[in-house]
Formats: sequence, C-alpha cells, structure tokens
Amino acid sequence: MYSRAYKTAVTIPPLVWVTVFLLIPYAILFCYSFWSVSSLQVIVHNWNLQNYAQLFRNPLYLTVLLRSIRIAGAVTLLALLLGYPLAYYLSFHAAKRKDLLYQLVIIPLWASYLVRGYAWKTILGSDGVLNGFLQYLHITHRPVEFFLYSPFAVILTLTHIYTPFTFLPIYASLEHVPRNLVEASHDLGASPFSTFVRVILPLSLPGILAGATFAFVLTLGDFLAPLLVGGPSGIMISNIVVSLFGAAYNWPLGAAISLCMLLLVVTLLFATERLEKRFTIS
Amino acid sequence: MNAASSSDAAPRSGAEALLSIRNVEKQFAKRLVLCGISLDVASGEFLTILGESGSGKTTLLRLIAGFEQLDGGEIWMAGERLDQTPAYRRQVNTVFQSYAIFPHLSVFENVAYGLRAKAVPHGEIPTRVTQALAMVKMSEFAQSAPSRLSGGQQQRVALARALVNRPRVLLLDEPLSALDANLRRQMQVELKLLQREVGITFIFVTHDQEEAMALSDRIALLRAGRLEQVAEPREIYGHPATAYAAQFIGQTNLLRAEVRDGIATAGSIAWPSVEPSGAATFSLRPECIRLSSAPPAVKSSGITSRFQGRIQNQTFGGAMDLLEIDCGNSHLIRARIPSPGPIDGRQEFEFAASDAVRVNDGG
Repeated sequence: MYSRAYKTAVTIPPLVWVTVFLLIPYAILFCYSFWSVSSLQVIVHNWNLQNYAQLFRNPLYLTVLLRSIRIAGAVTLLALLLGYPLAYYLSFHAAKRKDLLYQLVIIPLWASYLVRGYAWKTILGSDGVLNGFLQYLHITHRPVEFFLYSPFAVILTLTHIYTPFTFLPIYASLEHVPRNLVEASHDLGASPFSTFVRVILPLSLPGILAGATFAFVLTLGDFLAPLLVGGPSGIMISNIVVSLFGAAYNWPLGAAISLCMLLLVVTLLFATERLEKRFTIS
Repeated sequence: MNAASSSDAAPRSGAEALLSIRNVEKQFAKRLVLCGISLDVASGEFLTILGESGSGKTTLLRLIAGFEQLDGGEIWMAGERLDQTPAYRRQVNTVFQSYAIFPHLSVFENVAYGLRAKAVPHGEIPTRVTQALAMVKMSEFAQSAPSRLSGGQQQRVALARALVNRPRVLLLDEPLSALDANLRRQMQVELKLLQREVGITFIFVTHDQEEAMALSDRIALLRAGRLEQVAEPREIYGHPATAYAAQFIGQTNLLRAEVRDGIATAGSIAWPSVEPSGAATFSLRPECIRLSSAPPAVKSSGITSRFQGRIQNQTFGGAMDLLEIDCGNSHLIRARIPSPGPIDGRQEFEFAASDAVRVNDGG
C-alpha cells in the first residue's frame, strides 16, 4: 500500500500539466468562441452564438469539413488496406525476416514529417519524378497537373505518413492472438482462409479499431499535407482554422471551429474505445 | 501373466491398424527430437504416449495432428497417407493442453465450430452440439462465454468440441495436467468411460505414469525421442523391458547382479535365476517384498528368496508403508508392505524369485 503523501506526490505533476496546458487553454478557446471581432479588428467580449451560427450558415466551412471527413475516411481505408496485410504477414508468415521488416516499417516514422511531405511534392510535381517517368515511357506527352495540388495528393501523402500508425496497433493485436487457437481452428477442419475470417480477424478487431482511429483522427486534424500538396481543391478544415488565427484575424470563429472539431474527435474516440472494449476478450 | 511377446508395436487385437506410424523422424534446428518411431494403433484403442518432458511425446502428437511436418518416415490412416494431408483435412481432432477455447465465441459456438467448418447441414448442428455438451455434462453452459468457465469446465468444452466431429482418432495433449488432483482423478474415470462409450481411438499424451496405467489399453513409453517400450500397462509394469522403463513406470529396486550357475547375487541378496551367466540387471518391485514373519497372503508356488536388512526409514502410507532397508554396504532396498505398525532394527524379508525381472540396462 502506498502512503497518502506518495499518492499526492505522483498525482500532482500530471494534474498540473493537464490543467495548465490542456484545461486552461481549452477554457480560453471556449470563451473566445462566444466573442466577436469588431470592424476595427478588435476582439470584443460580447457573448453571442454568431460564430457557431456562421459555421453552419456559410457553406464554405461545411464543404471543407465534409471534404476533410472524406479525405480522413479515404486515408483510414487505405491505411487499413495496406497496414493489415502487412501486419498479418509479419505476425504470421515472416518468420526470420520479421525483425528486419518491422524496422523497415518503423524507420519512416523517424524521418521528419516535412521531409516526407516534400518528397511527395518532388515525386508528384509537374517536373516531378512521376511525370518524368511517364513522359520517358511516352505514356503522356505533357506533365499531368492533377497529381499534385489535389485531394488525391493529400490522400496519397497522408496514407504514406499514417499507415505505420495503423500498422502498429494491428500488429500488436495480431501478435496477441494465441497461436494454439489457429491450430485448434485447423484441427477442427477450418481452412486457412476460414480460420482467418472466423478467428484471426475477430480477435484483431481491437487493433483494427485503434489503427483506424489513429489514421482518421490524425488525418482530420492535419494541415501540413494540404498546405504542401493539396492546393486550393485540397484544403482541409485545419487550414481554415490556421488562417482564421493568422492572416484572417478572426480568433473567435477559429475557436468555434476548433471546438466543433474537438467535439467530433472526442465523440469518435469515446465511441471507438467503447467498441474496442467490447471486442477485447481477456 | 501370459507368454505373449513382451514388447511389440502392433496393437494387441491383431486387427488392421487404424493409424500406422512408420519410422517417423523429426528435427528441430538440426536437433533430433524423434527418431525411428514405429507404432500401430488399432481402432477403438486407448493408447498413451508416456514420457518425461522433452521426450518428444507432444511433438509426436503434433505430427499426427498435422501441426508439424515430418522429416522422415510416414504416417498412414486407414490405408491413406496422413502426413501429406493438411491438418484441416485430417479426420483427427485434438484436445489441447491449454484447451484453446475460442474466447470470442460462446460455448455452443465453440462446439459448433468444427461442424460449421465442415459444412454439416444447418439443421443438424444444434442437435449434435446439444448431444456433445450433454455427453460432457455441460448442457447448462451452452450460452456462456468461455471466460466465465473454470479450467475443468473449459476442459469439458474442449472435449465436446473435438468429439462432436466424430473423429477417427482423438488426440489428447496432457489434457488433465492443469486440473487439481481430485478433479483429475474424476476426469480420468470419465474420460475412460467416454472412450468406451464413443468407441473412438484415443491417443493420450501424459508424463504421469499412474494416469497412463489407469487409462490405457497400451502404453508407448518414449525416452529422448525413441520408443523405449510399447506394451499393455500390466505387461510394462510386470515385465519392464529396460531399467528406464522399470524406474519410470512405478517404483522399483534395480538390482545389478552377477549370475553364476543359476544363482543371481546382488550384494547380500541372492536368488535363483534362469538367466545366462554374467552381469545382469533385475527389477524388483517394492510391493513384491514382504516381511518373512508376516503370514503370506497367497501361497506362492515358486521359489522364495530371503535376505536380511536393517530398517533405516519407515514411511507411513495408510494401508501400505514404505520401508527403506539397508542390506549392508549402503545398499538400499525399498519395500512396500501392509502397515505392520512401527518396526525397526534388523528384520528378515523375502520375495518370490520370479518377481526379480531381468531388464535391459542400456544406461
């Protein structure tokens, strides 16, 4: 048993941290979301719901929000489609190559996000590697413009960046599938495919959910990839928040959008955590 | 004791073998774990593979189940090559040591798993699952989650899940080792009754020689990857082929004797023997020794040999006491005799000469 003093001593630092860096900033943000900007570009403390109303009245915000959700959904789907087979192969069939392959998946995480973003810019641009290659093969005669500065480019870049985040929890959950259950399934006459569908997949659901949540939430809040490779058609909701807090100088509206995003993400996290618990079997 | 061959790998009934293991070999990382294993198992037989941990008994079972591939030899079942069939097409089911119950499925769905995998007609499944659960007395738990079951109950589910498929051979990998002593004895009895009832061939792996003797029609004793002896329990106990078999199955006294002119001598003990002259090792079970002063329970027809010794230790064991007798030169003999009350000092003991069984002492 730990003493009261010890318990207090270990509880206080994280409590202070959460209060100073999380609760207070969010409280400030919360206040800002009910204020407004005067014609003289001064923030005035007249409490109102105008910012929230504008969020739903101005089609721009909803369009971009929906696009962000679509992009996040696409990235999540692609990251799962790439990450799951990879994790499955590593966990069940890689044998001696397991450690090497695992490192190869992890290494990109050590490279700076910006480097990876710029790499795609170099690949997809009109003077880029991809266009050069296509013209060299005489498949195209002019640079293809839509590779870069499009939602496609954003999805591609973010899929590349966030697939390891999806891979890791799936891999962890697959590693936890007791191998004798797989043997028991074969023993009872289930083919390898049937065993995958009826034993391995259900038991790795918590990992899939965790991985999907990572990809979705991280993509939804991303603003660098759209900035680097998105162009005007690839703008996402966070880019709007950035500009509202920056050049547009409309902190109240930015705060309102941020809080709506936060609500969305927290609801999502809450829901997936409940689901994960349901699928996790001790 | 009949005069049948003391050790043979063929089933006793003489019927056509259901399962035939022929010269099987298995290596792990270039280490030989099974070597030259040949064994025939008859239909309906209860065969136990007995051995210490590391003897390769579980590996042999996994080869039959199809979880491991052979490095040499063949396994046949009912005239067909089994070792080249993938595990999921073998008419063999396994009860795993750790039960391997699917945690995400109910008890009912666990038992139904094999039937669904084999596309048994949908209408037939509930009936067969219900029957199987009734057979292991688990009917009331059909809708339970496995995590709510005790070890013994999971054991029963594992058994039902395997038997519901009506396999030709049921493999059991130390299924009782995780149960406490009482439950274990109870399950042993139930298992034996169940096997008679369903008439399926059981291949049972254990390291527990008492369990092996209680359950088996035949015991295959495995030692460091090789078959030491394959025989019926009474045969292997009464006539162990080797010193190892004698010591592993039950307790025994190993007498390293010198035979000359029909008399075997080990220290201060001598008895008539028909073995040829020279060095020989004999096994004498502790319960074959009795106090000379005690009235003989059965009039023995053979020649009785007597020896004297000082009782060094007496362990009370209820009906039978275990004595450690010092016969001089720190030569200890163990005797199990009906509890005589406390005794000590020098006593005279006797045994029937025919109970000293010659064993092969290959080391």
